[in-house]
Amino acid sequence: MDTKDQSMSLAGQPPKALGTGQKFATTLGLSGLLILLLAVFNVDFPNKVLWLSVSLAAISAGIIWFSVQAYTGKHPGIKNDGVWFKSISGRGLWAWMLGIVLTGFYVILYFYPQFLGLRQGEDNTGIIALFDPLSRLLSGNPASQWFVYGTLYTIAILAFGVKFILKYRHNRYEKLRTYSVMFFQTGFAFLIPEFMARLNGDLPYYDLKNIWPLNYYMFEQYRVNAFIDAGNIGLAMLIFGVLSIFVITPVLTYKYGKRWYCSWVCGCGGLAETAGDPFRHLSDKRMVAWKIERWVVHSVVVFVTLMTTAVIYSYLGNDSSKYWLTRDVFLIGVGVLLTLVFGWAMIFRRNQLKKDAQYGAIGYFIIIIALIGFHYLSGNGQVFLFSSGTLRKTYAFLIGSIFSGVIGTGFYPIFGNRVWCRFGCPMAAILGFQQRLFSRFRITTNGGQCISCGNCSTYCEMGIDVRAYAQKGENIVRSSCVGCGICSAVCPRGVLKLENGPLEGRINSREVLLGNDVDLMDLVNKQ
Amino acid sequence: MEHIVIIGNGISGITAARHIRKLSDKRITIISDETDYFFSRTALMYVYMGHMRWKDIEPYEPHFWQQNNIDLLRARVTDVHPDSKKLTLSDGSSFSYDTLILATGSVTNTFGWPGLDLEGVQGLVTKQDLEELEKHAPDAEACPRAVIVGGGLIGVELAEMLRTREIEVTFLVREGAFWNNVLPDREAGMISRHIQSHHVDLRLNTNLKEILGDEKGRVCGVLTEDGEEISCKLVGITTGVRPNIQFLQNSPVHTDKGILVNRFLETGIPGIYAIGDCAQQREPIGDRPAVEAVWYTGRIMGETVARTICGQRTPYSPGNWFNSAKFFDIEYQTYGWVSSKRKRREHEAHFHWIHPDDDKCITIAYHVDTKLFLGINTFGIRMRHQVIDRWLTEGKDLPYVVTHLKDANFDPEFYDQYENEILSAYNAEFKTQLKPAKKNWHRIFFNTK
Ligand SMILES: Cc1cc2nc3c(=O)[nH]c(=O)nc-3n(C[C@H](O)[C@H](O)[C@H](O)COP(=O)(O)OP(=O)(O)OC[C@H]3O[C@@H](n4cnc5c(N)ncnc54)[C@H](O)[C@@H]3O)c2cc1C
Ligand code: SF4
Ligand code: SF4
Repeated sequence: MDTKDQSMSLAGQPPKALGTGQKFATTLGLSGLLILLLAVFNVDFPNKVLWLSVSLAAISAGIIWFSVQAYTGKHPGIKNDGVWFKSISGRGLWAWMLGIVLTGFYVILYFYPQFLGLRQGEDNTGIIALFDPLSRLLSGNPASQWFVYGTLYTIAILAFGVKFILKYRHNRYEKLRTYSVMFFQTGFAFLIPEFMARLNGDLPYYDLKNIWPLNYYMFEQYRVNAFIDAGNIGLAMLIFGVLSIFVITPVLTYKYGKRWYCSWVCGCGGLAETAGDPFRHLSDKRMVAWKIERWVVHSVVVFVTLMTTAVIYSYLGNDSSKYWLTRDVFLIGVGVLLTLVFGWAMIFRRNQLKKDAQYGAIGYFIIIIALIGFHYLSGNGQVFLFSSGTLRKTYAFLIGSIFSGVIGTGFYPIFGNRVWCRFGCPMAAILGFQQRLFSRFRITTNGGQCISCGNCSTYCEMGIDVRAYAQKGENIVRSSCVGCGICSAVCPRGVLKLENGPLEGRINSREVLLGNDVDLMDLVNKQ
Repeated sequence: MEHIVIIGNGISGITAARHIRKLSDKRITIISDETDYFFSRTALMYVYMGHMRWKDIEPYEPHFWQQNNIDLLRARVTDVHPDSKKLTLSDGSSFSYDTLILATGSVTNTFGWPGLDLEGVQGLVTKQDLEELEKHAPDAEACPRAVIVGGGLIGVELAEMLRTREIEVTFLVREGAFWNNVLPDREAGMISRHIQSHHVDLRLNTNLKEILGDEKGRVCGVLTEDGEEISCKLVGITTGVRPNIQFLQNSPVHTDKGILVNRFLETGIPGIYAIGDCAQQREPIGDRPAVEAVWYTGRIMGETVARTICGQRTPYSPGNWFNSAKFFDIEYQTYGWVSSKRKRREHEAHFHWIHPDDDKCITIAYHVDTKLFLGINTFGIRMRHQVIDRWLTEGKDLPYVVTHLKDANFDPEFYDQYENEILSAYNAEFKTQLKPAKKNWHRIFFNTK
């Protein structure tokens, strides 16, 4: 049934041909990419500054020109015509090719940077050499594969950000949050760390908005040492890193929901919302996907907590007379903190947790048992049964590289743009936990106005079946919601509103939808 | 075990089934000849426009039905025999029931124009209509121009659909402005201009006379009553819908325009109920039409009949009227009653505000003498159902409404808000000096100050 019906709608329309302007724009953008590709194959460009500028300018201009052609001639409003018919956004041939190219790029980036021209102890070659002048200009150092990636990443967010803004130009919420991610990416992720490196060479690379546990290497020994060695400024940054996760994040999430981070600040979210926007409808909405999501993302949280604890534990000392923070103090501290959070949730939010309580309890007990294990089973460089280095490397490989990069971004055209944010990101899971239980944020459903059309669910990049709530008149209070606001934008009946209201009555399940005037008390009495 | 059979898997039949399942473990079978699974009829347009795939407009996953122990049968019912409690299916077989719910919805309404049976003449109500449309109007090459007859909600949706494939559209509307039999003049005017801005050739005050065909029996044009011939490859008939009751011709179930029911949705024959688009109230409720062909009334009737069948006999009691639609890019919401010129009652007066951009406006209907709030239409501004519904129920007056509009605003965050402008316009028109009340969460959610 499914495939037949699907083909009915798919067979109808071949992808719309691009207009002349769009063809030129595409050619321009691709020619910029071609320069980069030639550089990869070691074509030696005589004037690197010139060619790099030409290339980056061509890519940006191509994207922006394309978007101007696509949207400005039309009325402001929802622009989803033909989304499922187009090969690139409808999982057609182009989508698979793009997916393969992106995945390949990530594999090379993470595991074979030498193919990009990275050289240890000698001058870079290839595409990395092409970026050397820009890197020298900003930080004074030669480029690395990460600098190349960071530059391209920033350009993608900026240029596709312009596209997104043009596409949603009738919606100020969408515009403002896009300006915001463009700002945070350019300033915090790209420029400031480079400048910091120039000003104080001892400071480790630090993107201030990249908070633990998304930034899983935040508390590694070499970084902590480097921060401390860099003097007051380093110490201030270290303290800021700790405050970010324990103070700033909970306060902002309480007030605004996790969207303040996921849709307004975060770089992963930023890329997903801009370059990834054409793929948001590809997220899996089935119940089974939701089940998998909860298992996977919470396992990642457990993993990252243990890994970080192990890493810190491994470099702390045992002697409290030297430094107050010893291994035991640290382990007990972690245990007490987790117990407080878990106890609070179980006591005050029991009725909201329902089935999720099981997951929480399982995760909690795994961590506590592991902590006890650390204490008894560790010694001579080993933490628990493994070395902390092994844990860390495994995490960096599986989660940091494969999940967030190769699958998370490489598969945009196949699985949608927020696969990482939904299934993998431990930061999102922690923020989500709080959003669900202790936040003013919700998506209010407008009484009985929903017509069950499904636009909201289809365009929810997090795979939330928004319609399932809306058609019952229930508010959407879901831990995974990143507050992108697209469900509200695409709803043709004005049913959904993201808002920060009072806690009371936030989660409502109604017996009867607004519009039906039966007297509920009367009903209850009759029963 | 009692066997409940529901004919029709639209919103009303499905809601009835879901609520009966919530309240009981009776055996439930839903019969439909249109599709295997429930889909959202209101979303048909989005499949053609490529916003969604067919399966995206199905609100429940296929496993839902089995999980909830609801049997689905793909068949057409051709006759109902209340004496033997049996249905005849189109393959000649018969099917028994203990309790029957008729939820058969609507069919396209036509006015007997010559040429209706030509290939390429169609309505837009069923999935089969959508498939026909894919066949007759796949793109502008196969169908350079379409003519749509009838200026209502389905007509404007069809126009929007066809425009996404760059098909030229001529839109014949009987009234002096689009949907003017329902909307007050100034709103109808604004929407007409918006439709034209989407390059639709809107022909007002124009009636269809005849549909013209070629020698192969395919439509090739239309003739208007003014004698103009417009050539086209598709004629969309969107002059409303009427209850789908043909299959009851030979049964004793009482019908008029629709299946006649009392407030308990009972047809008069014990154990047979009718709900949704196909039902007609013997005595209309308040100002509501006797046949209500909208989504949410079907849903409410489904909820109601489920209670009755499960032993809590409950009357159908819809609250204040509301509805919504979208005309290309302009969203429309209505609460209570705001009448068109033709239907306006003596005591009904209107306060109207329109934005200079000509894409947002509101009209508030009130009682001339008492200033009682009767209803509101908004275009391009979303309203909070809960708040407006409460105002209508509590009988607020016009000054209260115009000063408290901020409580009712439901637009996304950071949108421009127009409550102050609206109030200034009001103050100027009524020579008052009212001040706007600040938005207040407690008033909004808990009805307290
Ligand atoms: C294009 C379009 C857009 C709309 N948009 C809106 C909107 O925005 N807002 C709104 O409020 N309303 C809208 N409506 C109206 C709304 O869709 C209907 O009011 C609603 O679907 C009625 O639901 P129902 O369950 O009564 O009947 P239907 O949804 O019509 O379901 C009846 C089902 O019964 C089946 N059936 C009928 N007879 C038999 C038989 N003899 N044997 C077997 N099966 C049978 C039919 O095939 C059909 O599947 C729209 C309607 C259309 C066509
Ligand atoms: S529920 Fe809405 S706001 Fe939340 S992630 Fe999904 S589309 Fe975005
Ligand atoms: S988009 Fe709006 S009307 Fe459609 S299902 Fe979602 S909430 Fe309901």
